[in-house]
Amino acid sequence: MKELLLILVASAIVNNVVLSQFLGLCPFLGVSKRVETAAGMGGAVIFVITISSFVTSLIYKFILFPLGLDYLQTIVFILVIAALVQFVEMFLRKSVPSLYNALGVYLPLITTNCAVLGVALKNVTNGYNILESVICGFGTAIGFTISIVIMAGIREKIEYNDIPGPFKGSAIVLVTAGLMAIAFFGFSGII
Amino acid sequence: MNKNVERLQNGIIKENPTFVLMLGMCPTLAVTTSAMNGLGMGLSTTVVLVVSNLVISLLRNIIPDRVRVPAFIVIVASIVTMVQFLLQGYVPSLYSSLGIYIPLIVVNCIILGRAESYASKNPVVPSVFDGIGMGLGFTLGLTLIGIVREILGAGQIFGAQVLPLADASTGKIGYTPITIFVLAPGAFFVLAVLVAIMNVVRAKAEAKGKPLPAAQGCLAGDCSSCGMSSCTGKSSTVEVKAPEEDKE
Repeated sequence: MKELLLILVASAIVNNVVLSQFLGLCPFLGVSKRVETAAGMGGAVIFVITISSFVTSLIYKFILFPLGLDYLQTIVFILVIAALVQFVEMFLRKSVPSLYNALGVYLPLITTNCAVLGVALKNVTNGYNILESVICGFGTAIGFTISIVIMAGIREKIEYNDIPGPFKGSAIVLVTAGLMAIAFFGFSGII
Repeated sequence: MNKNVERLQNGIIKENPTFVLMLGMCPTLAVTTSAMNGLGMGLSTTVVLVVSNLVISLLRNIIPDRVRVPAFIVIVASIVTMVQFLLQGYVPSLYSSLGIYIPLIVVNCIILGRAESYASKNPVVPSVFDGIGMGLGFTLGLTLIGIVREILGAGQIFGAQVLPLADASTGKIGYTPITIFVLAPGAFFVLAVLVAIMNVVRAKAEAKGKPLPAAQGCLAGDCSSCGMSSCTGKSSTVEVKAPEEDKE
C-alpha cells in the first residue's frame, strides 16, 4: 500500500510529467488559455492515460514478454494507443454522451500527446506490475492536470499585464512554465 | 543536383526545424542538458529521418492513401527500434543518458511532418536529401541550445571546462555555475529567450518584406496545428472515422 502511494505522489508531483519530464508540452502550451478548457483537457488525459497504461501493461505482461517480443514494444504501444483513443471516443459517443460532450473535443488531440506513449514505456522500464502501472498512469495524468490548470489560471491573469513586445505569446508562457518548474522542484526532497 | 543542395540549405537554414518551424519541442527541452546529449539526440533523429524518408518515398505509390498515416507510424517505429538497439550496443553511455526520449522519437512532429509533406510526394533522392537537411538543422539547433545551457549551467562545452570555476575556499576568482540551467526550469527559460529572439528576427524580416516561414509546432499557439497538419493525431482520426460515418 505504501509503495503504491509513493508511486502516485512521485508520478503526480515529484516527477511532474510536464514540468520535469517535458512530455505533453503541446497541449500544455496550446490548451491552457482558459481554466475550463484546461480542466476538460486534464479530464480527458486522466481518462486516456489510465486506460492506456492498463491495456499496454496487460499486453506487455501477457503477450510481448512471454513470447520474447519485448523489442516490439514501441511499435505495438503506439498502435495500441492510437486504436484505443479511437475506440474510447466511439464508446463514449454511443454509451456515455454526457461524458463525451465534456471530453470529446480533446480526445483526438491526445493521440499525439507523447505523455501517453511515455508513460507506457516508463512502466516497462521501471518494471511495474499491472496495478502499479495503472497507479503510475493515473498519477502522471493527475500531475498533468494540476500543472495545466495552474498554468491556465496564471495565463488568464497575464492577459491583463503589459508584456514586452518580443515576449508576447508563447515566450511569456515558457517563462511562466520555468517559474512553475522551479516551484515544483521544491517537491523533489519529499521522496 | 542543384535541387538536392537546395533541400540541404532549406533544412539547415531556411526552414530550420528548431529555430524557424519550432517543431519537436519535447526532445529539444528534455535532452539539451549538455551539448553532447543534444548532438547525440540530433544525430539519432537524423538517421531515423533519412531512413524513414527513404523508405516512405520508395513505398509512396504502394501505400494506399487512406491508411498512409498508420503505415508511416509503423515504418518510423520500426526504424526507431533499430536505432535504439544500435545506440544500446555501440554507445551505451549516450543510450542511458537519453533514456526514454529515444523511443519517443516516434512521436516527434518533424519525422511524420516530413513524411507527410515531402517524402510521400517526391522521388527518392530529393527525399533523402530533405531528410539529411532537416536532420542536420535539428542537430544544429539542439547542439547550440545544449552549448548555451552547458556554458551557463556548468561552464563547460562538450564536457571541457571553458570557464574556470570560482573556488571560495582558496579565494580563486572565476565563474560560479548557474546550476538551474542544466535542470528542468533552465530549459524553459532558454527556450523562452530563443522564442523572444525569433519574434524579433521575424518582425525584422517582415519589415524588410522577406517574411520567414511560419512556426508550425505547438509554440505557434494552437495545439491543433500540431495535431492537424503535420502530425499523426488529427489525420489518423479522420482516416479511421470516415468509414464509420459512412454507415450512419
